[in-house]
Amino acid sequence: MKKIVEMTYEESYAELEVVVEKLENEKSALDESMALFERGQELSKRCALLLEEAELKIEQLSEEELINE
Amino acid sequence: MNQRPLFSSPHWTVSTITQYLRELLETDEMLKDAQVKGELSNLSRPRSGHLYFTLKDGGASLRCIMWRSQASRLTFDLREGMEVEVSGYISIYDAGGQYQLYADEIRPVGEGVLYQEFLRLKAMLEAEGLFDAVHKKEIPPMPKKIGIVTSATGAALRDMLNTLRRRMPLAEVILAPSPVQGDAAPAGIVNALDGLLRIVPDLSVILLGRGGGSIEDLWAFNDELVVRMVAASPVPIISGVGHETDFTLSDFAADLRAATPTAAAELATPITINELYGAVGYYKEQMLSNIYAVLERKSLRVDSFRTKLGYASPLRRVQREQQNVDAQIMRLEAAQAQSQVMKREKLVGLNKRLSALNPQAVLARGYAIVTKENGKILGSVNDLNTGDDLKIRVKDGAFDAKVLEQK
Repeated sequence: MKKIVEMTYEESYAELEVVVEKLENEKSALDESMALFERGQELSKRCALLLEEAELKIEQLSEEELINE
Repeated sequence: MNQRPLFSSPHWTVSTITQYLRELLETDEMLKDAQVKGELSNLSRPRSGHLYFTLKDGGASLRCIMWRSQASRLTFDLREGMEVEVSGYISIYDAGGQYQLYADEIRPVGEGVLYQEFLRLKAMLEAEGLFDAVHKKEIPPMPKKIGIVTSATGAALRDMLNTLRRRMPLAEVILAPSPVQGDAAPAGIVNALDGLLRIVPDLSVILLGRGGGSIEDLWAFNDELVVRMVAASPVPIISGVGHETDFTLSDFAADLRAATPTAAAELATPITINELYGAVGYYKEQMLSNIYAVLERKSLRVDSFRTKLGYASPLRRVQREQQNVDAQIMRLEAAQAQSQVMKREKLVGLNKRLSALNPQAVLARGYAIVTKENGKILGSVNDLNTGDDLKIRVKDGAFDAKVLEQK
């Protein structure tokens, strides 16, 4: 499993979605539910942090790059 | 001081002089086939179908007429103020006493030419199916990489970036700068689009835009190559060219048309960062309520388990064992008590038997015990010899005796 601190917003959000769904239908052991919950907490923190820190990245292609061959 | 001319002038009637003038004009080589450039005004098209208008420029005006047969063949819409070039001949309308241009053909110049070209291209590309709805690609709700093709210095870029920054700062913008006006613009836009698609393969969406302007200013976006490129792009393109009322062929070819560059940036970001905050918050709450539900469910199960566990509990077994042990102990104690009683009784019995066997008791009944000198009890006369010393024990003591005679 990828480390949460290395996750992009999309990745952490996608996993958060899965975690919430799993938690919702959780029939498994309590410690598994607790682990899921903790993972979900971390993921939602990661999401919020990434939103907080989000800054539009702007890259400009150079003229040389744009001219084919 | 008026002097009469040498030859008197002919006397005209209005009709004859008008006819003379008409013939003069109609036979003039220059005026037989004239091309006149000017601005359309006083446009009028009565039921007859003939077209009446006036051509103007800064200093003069020229009445014009185009007969219905020619007017019906016009390929573009005439608008007031349009710059046109009209071919025809100059003649006089006798009844009106006016010279006018009898038009065979009207061609737009400047904007008009472009507009005509626009219509021609539009009709052609439309017929090819370039603008068909089936080619329209869906705009992704949360674009990760947004390509922008516009001038690096224009207000359009600033507007788009501001909008993207505000709505979706998670995104990444890749700007492919291009002139958006002038002769270099069409090739520049094609290069920029092509470059974006080539260099950034995982683009989510492309914004193609520039601010408002005249039809000449926006012309690059009607360029056939540009329009074909837009239509063929595998990445969805949102066009935001000009203002609300400006339509270019790129708009028709794009997957989505926005009225302005700002609107294009808005359409490119259907989901905003605020909605993401909301979604994450929602999931957070959802998780909390889920885990509470799980805990509650589990604790209910724990409760029921606890009850069940009670029956199977080791404690209970210990208690049962304890009871068993107690029972054993009690049995043991009982047994022990029993045996002690028995022992005591036995002892009493034994004692009784013992005391019954006590020779003293026999003596008490009047018997005597005779022992020889060696302490052996004398049981038979045969063990006796005359003169032996004997010890005789009776109930209350003992005495010595001597055998007098063996009989």
